[in-house]
Amino acid sequence: MGIDIIIMQAFSGLSLFTILLLMALGLAIVFGLMGVINMAHGELMALGAYVTYLVALFFERNLPSLMGIYIFFAIFCAFAATFVFGYVLERSFIRFFYNRPLDTLLATWGLSLVLQQFYRSTFGAQEVSVPLASWLSGAWEPVAGIQLPLNRMFIIGLTMVVGLCVYLMLFKSRWGLRVRAVTQNRPMSAAVGINTDRVDALTFAVGSGLAGIAGSVFTMLGSTNPGTGQLYIVDSFIVVVFGGVSSLLGTALSAFAIAESQTAIEYFATGTVAKVTILLFVIVMLYFRPQGLFAPKVRGA
Amino acid sequence: MLQVNALNVFYGESHTIRDVSLTVGAHEAVAVMGRNGMGKTTLFKAIIGMLPVRSGEIVLDGVALHNQPSYRRVAAGLAFVPQGRMVFPLLTVKENILTGTENNPQREVPAYIYDYFPVLGEMEKRKGGNLSGGQQQMLAIARALVAEPKVLVLDEPTEGIQPSIIKELARTLVALRRDRGISILVSEQVLSFALEVADRFLVIDRGRIVDEKRRDDAGIEDIREFLKV
Ligand SMILES: Nc1ncnc2c1ncn2[C@@H]1O[C@H](COP(=O)(O)OP(=O)(O)OP(=O)(O)O)[C@@H](O)[C@H]1O
Ligand SMILES: [Mg+2]
Repeated sequence: MGIDIIIMQAFSGLSLFTILLLMALGLAIVFGLMGVINMAHGELMALGAYVTYLVALFFERNLPSLMGIYIFFAIFCAFAATFVFGYVLERSFIRFFYNRPLDTLLATWGLSLVLQQFYRSTFGAQEVSVPLASWLSGAWEPVAGIQLPLNRMFIIGLTMVVGLCVYLMLFKSRWGLRVRAVTQNRPMSAAVGINTDRVDALTFAVGSGLAGIAGSVFTMLGSTNPGTGQLYIVDSFIVVVFGGVSSLLGTALSAFAIAESQTAIEYFATGTVAKVTILLFVIVMLYFRPQGLFAPKVRGA
Repeated sequence: MLQVNALNVFYGESHTIRDVSLTVGAHEAVAVMGRNGMGKTTLFKAIIGMLPVRSGEIVLDGVALHNQPSYRRVAAGLAFVPQGRMVFPLLTVKENILTGTENNPQREVPAYIYDYFPVLGEMEKRKGGNLSGGQQQMLAIARALVAEPKVLVLDEPTEGIQPSIIKELARTLVALRRDRGISILVSEQVLSFALEVADRFLVIDRGRIVDEKRRDDAGIEDIREFLKV
């Protein structure tokens, strides 16, 4: 096997990494803050993908001259739509299940079925796909024999920008300070004056918005169907558990490790073998480090 | 200013706070004295909103707070320094203090805080969880102060803290009250500390207020007897 194949395989692992990272960041932040395991997170991703599809249709019909840059509008709309949907969902549904983890699991699973059915009746059971702008098709060939698809390079760049924004919001903004305080001690955060209800709603909305961006990214790699979210939800959970919920860096490294091993094992065996191997590895790791790979250390308060 | 009327608090079936009434006037400092397990923490958590009340009222300057979440009570002018400090272990000292500024969000710690607690200024970037007990206590007070409260509520601030720091804490609380006009409601088992800080003393016994004394009352030392097991 040549070095060129290794590089191209590693590169295609990176595109899986971007989707897993965007999905897992939202899951991890929401789980860390409110203890909610959102089984419908994959369907939020699918929502982002369908919104991207709708925006592409709209541009195709009404603004064909702008087809080259529709993807930027689409990403923004996917984020905005899932953000708003997440906000409303938290206020009208999720918040009634706080402190009831099993009920939350069931309720969000039910919600995921409802959403899948909704997509099926609205968009049909078939796959829909979006056109790729011409400047995103083709590949960059840094040396002869190594071809790096441009759309994947775009996705990686986009994910890095989004990841940086999440980092800045969590660690440099007032909202982030509130999220980190409530994650560490909810009753005490309320007792220092933090409006925990508002933090919950906003954070759930941001987590949903990240899933929406993941959906938009997904449309550049494959076609969307009502079950698209299901493809990624389990892997995203594994990423969160493996990385440890309270560490952004952990989530990123874990997404990277899992995406790359998935792609590598798939190359030699099948996708199923890859999934099973990774799951076994994660289970063994959790036996030794139940808090995940990266857990913050302090003396304690 | 702060009025608590006929408060009752339960843990499930167990009736832990029984018809407690108390007031804290403007610029006043009141101490609730009681042995372990008499209900000081339960009372204070109910006042700040960390525990629900079964019946009774909590009113601050005419605003009823007993049905409000904690953060509304802080917005109304209460601030809480809990037993065990409960600083945010993974936030830096500076971030811990800034969490208290929700009433008027700040990006920098107000200068007067580091005048009262110079040691916090030196440790701005350290994680709250890596401070000593005494330093965490100062941090918890600073975090409460930046909310600019009318009434500062402190639950056993001397617990587990060495004597020299206890003296410093007493001086700081007296100065805060004098300079910033803050009222204080504090719970204690140590009478000497309470005598330095408060002017009025309520004795709590099995969830009831059973006695009240002023600092210059003849029987003030009787409280000491009460605090012995
Ligand atoms: N979460 C709880 N559930 C049930 N009972 C509780 C709970 N917390 C405290 N209690 C009981 O309520 C009573 C009052 O406890 P509280 O913590 O208010 O006392 P305290 O005066 O603060 O004691 P200390 O000086 O030890 O802090 C005690 O008998 C205690 O066992
Ligand atoms: Mg107590």
